[in-house]
Amino acid sequence: MLEKLKRHQFLFEELVKRDFAKKYKRTILGMAWSILAPLMNLLIMWLVFSNFFGNNVDHYVVYLFAGQLIFSYFTDATNLGMNSLLMNAGIFTKVNVPKYLFLFSQNVSSLINFGLNLLIFFTFVAIDGVPFTWKFVFLLFPVVCLIVFNLGLGLILSALFVFFRDMQYLWGILTQLIMWMSAIFYTIDSYSHTIQCMFLLNPLYVYIRYFRKIILDGTIPTVQFHLLAAAFAILSFGIGAYMYKKYNHEFLYYV
Amino acid sequence: METMLKVNDVSISYKIGDFKDIGLKEWTMRHLKKQYKVETFMAVDHVSFALNKGEMLGIIGTNGAGKSTLLKAITGVMEPRGGSIERGGSVSALLELASGFDGDLTVRENAYLRGAMLGYTRDFMDETYEHILDFSELRAFQDRPFKQLSTGMQSRLAFAIASLVQPEILILDEVLSVGDGAFQEKSAKKMQEIIEHGAATILVSHSLDQIRELCNKVLWLHKGKQIAFGDTEGIADQYQDFLDGKLPIEAVQAQGG
Repeated sequence: MLEKLKRHQFLFEELVKRDFAKKYKRTILGMAWSILAPLMNLLIMWLVFSNFFGNNVDHYVVYLFAGQLIFSYFTDATNLGMNSLLMNAGIFTKVNVPKYLFLFSQNVSSLINFGLNLLIFFTFVAIDGVPFTWKFVFLLFPVVCLIVFNLGLGLILSALFVFFRDMQYLWGILTQLIMWMSAIFYTIDSYSHTIQCMFLLNPLYVYIRYFRKIILDGTIPTVQFHLLAAAFAILSFGIGAYMYKKYNHEFLYYV
Repeated sequence: METMLKVNDVSISYKIGDFKDIGLKEWTMRHLKKQYKVETFMAVDHVSFALNKGEMLGIIGTNGAGKSTLLKAITGVMEPRGGSIERGGSVSALLELASGFDGDLTVRENAYLRGAMLGYTRDFMDETYEHILDFSELRAFQDRPFKQLSTGMQSRLAFAIASLVQPEILILDEVLSVGDGAFQEKSAKKMQEIIEHGAATILVSHSLDQIRELCNKVLWLHKGKQIAFGDTEGIADQYQDFLDGKLPIEAVQAQGG
């Protein structure tokens, strides 16, 4: 696949440029907006919830931001990714190019967004007086897992979206559900042990928890926790890749 | 003689039925009620032919004969359901020129994107970009959004980029006439150059005169079935008779092509 990617590098670059130009409409404000939107979200959540949870959680802003940061990257990547294949139907029905390129290029702009938000996040971490430690290097692990996880889910969703156009609404509902179950603004301490374990079935929660463990608790998660985080990513990417391979020549009939 | 393209007993099916645009909810309902119906439709049905180096093949047939579908299989966009296609070199297609451009991008960006889609390299595009501008006469528009261009300008750009190809197997789907009178002449000349340069060419056209003039081989398709394949003259005459209503298709089939 890498060899193929190399051969199509020029196309990939041009697609990235196109997706980027389209996303931000060539305006500085467009770019600023994509950073401002999650920040405003954060502000509202903070205003609403800091009274409820802020007293029990140290560095509540950072706690909240960690959740919001990962969740907004997740929704951005999957929502844009879902459209990527169908949007490019005009291309892949005419020219024989690898179809996953469209999703990958779409994900690049989401990733850049995430990177910018990550910088702002660390600024918040510094301002809030959370000590920076060498353990922060471990954050690379959940970031890579998250990228792969989002790519895989994007592959799955974009394939499904070609077959079922109502996926968009379904996915909207599902992301809402995932949002509530990711403990973005609340803590799960008051739940029983069994329920706390069930939260681990939610990949998003696992990645958010990883961030909080490193930054707020200053502890490195267990090996099992690492394996769990990686398993979600591999599973999602595996299913996505399988679907693209299997339906590679089927998509054409549905567009 | 060296065979450039060999199509062995190729069949290509399309799915038809009301499965499209129904959504997951409807899809599940129909499966539960066992009302889900998908039929396959043979767009190309057991077609075989071979094309040698230096030859030019014309594909003829009425609408819905499966011409474009066959081309899609040759370029690799579609997968044949049966049979095989052996390609003796790179395949490039100049089809439906103006589609696939993005209205929000500038002329320059679209040119590069299209070049990338056609498999050119960035260096090649850097080298030839000036030439593309000159040929398409769009220099004054190069930084304008593509949607501000007229349809004629759009197809001029498409042609200018596409005509840079130097594939071993070239596929032309009714593209020989582009733009206004002056440009048409220019593009026809360019086309001739590419054809002469290419090792083998396939042309789909509704103009029988054009086929007679350019092609030495003809493949006649009718509703997906291969009616005839061979030298241009005899088949073109038969096809003309068929079009005029003098010759029923069954009679040609009975002759065995």
